[in-house]
Amino acid sequence: MQSRGVFLAKRIQSAATKLSGIELDFGVLDITFYRDDFRTKLKMPEVKVTDIPFDLYDRDIVLVDDVLYTGRTVRSAMSAILDYGRPRSIKLCCMVDRGHRELPIAPDYVGVDVPTKENEEVRVRVAEMDGEDAVDVVEMTKDGGER
Amino acid sequence: MPDEYQFSQKHLLGLADYSRDDIAYVLNQAERFREVLDRPVPKIPTLRDKTIVNLFYENSTRTRMSFELAQRRMGADVVNFSASASSVSKGESLRDTIQNIDSMKMDMVVVRHKSPGVAHYLTRCVDAAILNAGDGAHEHPTQALLDMFTLQQKMGSLEGLKVAIIGDIAHSRVVRSDIIGLQKMGAEVTICGPSTFMPLFPETLGAHVSYHLEETLGWADVAIALRIQMERQSDVPSRIPSLGEYHQEYGIKMEHLEMFPDLKIMHPGPINRGVELQDAVADSDRAFILDQVTNGVAVRMAVLYLLSGSIEAESSSRGTASERPSS
Repeated sequence: MQSRGVFLAKRIQSAATKLSGIELDFGVLDITFYRDDFRTKLKMPEVKVTDIPFDLYDRDIVLVDDVLYTGRTVRSAMSAILDYGRPRSIKLCCMVDRGHRELPIAPDYVGVDVPTKENEEVRVRVAEMDGEDAVDVVEMTKDGGER
Repeated sequence: MPDEYQFSQKHLLGLADYSRDDIAYVLNQAERFREVLDRPVPKIPTLRDKTIVNLFYENSTRTRMSFELAQRRMGADVVNFSASASSVSKGESLRDTIQNIDSMKMDMVVVRHKSPGVAHYLTRCVDAAILNAGDGAHEHPTQALLDMFTLQQKMGSLEGLKVAIIGDIAHSRVVRSDIIGLQKMGAEVTICGPSTFMPLFPETLGAHVSYHLEETLGWADVAIALRIQMERQSDVPSRIPSLGEYHQEYGIKMEHLEMFPDLKIMHPGPINRGVELQDAVADSDRAFILDQVTNGVAVRMAVLYLLSGSIEAESSSRGTASERPSS
């Protein structure tokens, strides 16, 4: 899932090939069209590339994202996936689960559980995009600044 | 495009108001919407809370269908208004019509009208986002955007591209929008047609001017043939001797495609076959005419999407500086 999920998924794909010789199909999903929150924002988010170069029918799909939080992004992603075809199953893999779910969604594979407060932000950085691999937990002030 | 770029247009009245960055951004976003049209379920819920009225004071088949399809593909509620089947025939003024429509809480208005400037006028009457679908001989910005999108898709880049526009330049709103847009994006434009089809001072449009078809086609990478708009002018017979003679002098024929093997052809439609284009030219694989139609839906989706954001920004000031990630 765009943006950082893409790089994490690529790493999982190459790890799977290295460990077992299996070539997993790989696709990129942008969920902007399906979001339920952009009406509350000041500008329309930029739509990024969606590219699913294989037929989803009867396949087992693993959605990969960096941070699992409210579950709304995953809800959107499932709506998007189901518009592309009818997979046999969808599983969810995330690097960080920070809690505070607002929808009945649970991950199948988790890198690390990080208990957080509502006023904190969890930022995953990946080398391919941000120059280094890291997870930051940043406390935010009421007006949107960092503490 | 600069990193700090932000699309901040509220309406699409004409490309004259859009910067190079704005146009590049719309074309970039249109690519994402183009992909949606190839999906097994080509429908997304992005505008499901929006109501859009298509206000057509002039006949139109393709532009109106294209807008409506774009709106429905994104889940918007759509109301169609055509002047011939409405209270306009009972004498209601444009201002009264639009204010009545506004009272029904429309978010966006797509308008086509025979008078230049109507789209501008509407922005002063109502709060909705206004999209110009053609105002007289002034502008037809979504047509130019879909032309540029198709050119970019087929030719790689607009920078340095040589585009010839051939036909009835004086009566064409497509020409105005195309010239403005293409030049902002770094393309070169030549307009070509009989002198009776040129405006009074053709060079003021900012493009090269030519009266010789073959010379122009030899120069161009792509030729856009315009439709002879028989319905818009009762005086066509006085400006060209006959449609046959126009075809003879300014129609693009197979011999031209053979003479200039790299030349590509576009046409905003609907085609008068055997007038602007020979039958075989319109059907050849060097013509992108049907791609233009498909791309038109994608481009209009992108514009509707981007402008639906600005009405939100206007009406709600509740957004905070922090954009909470909803991961």
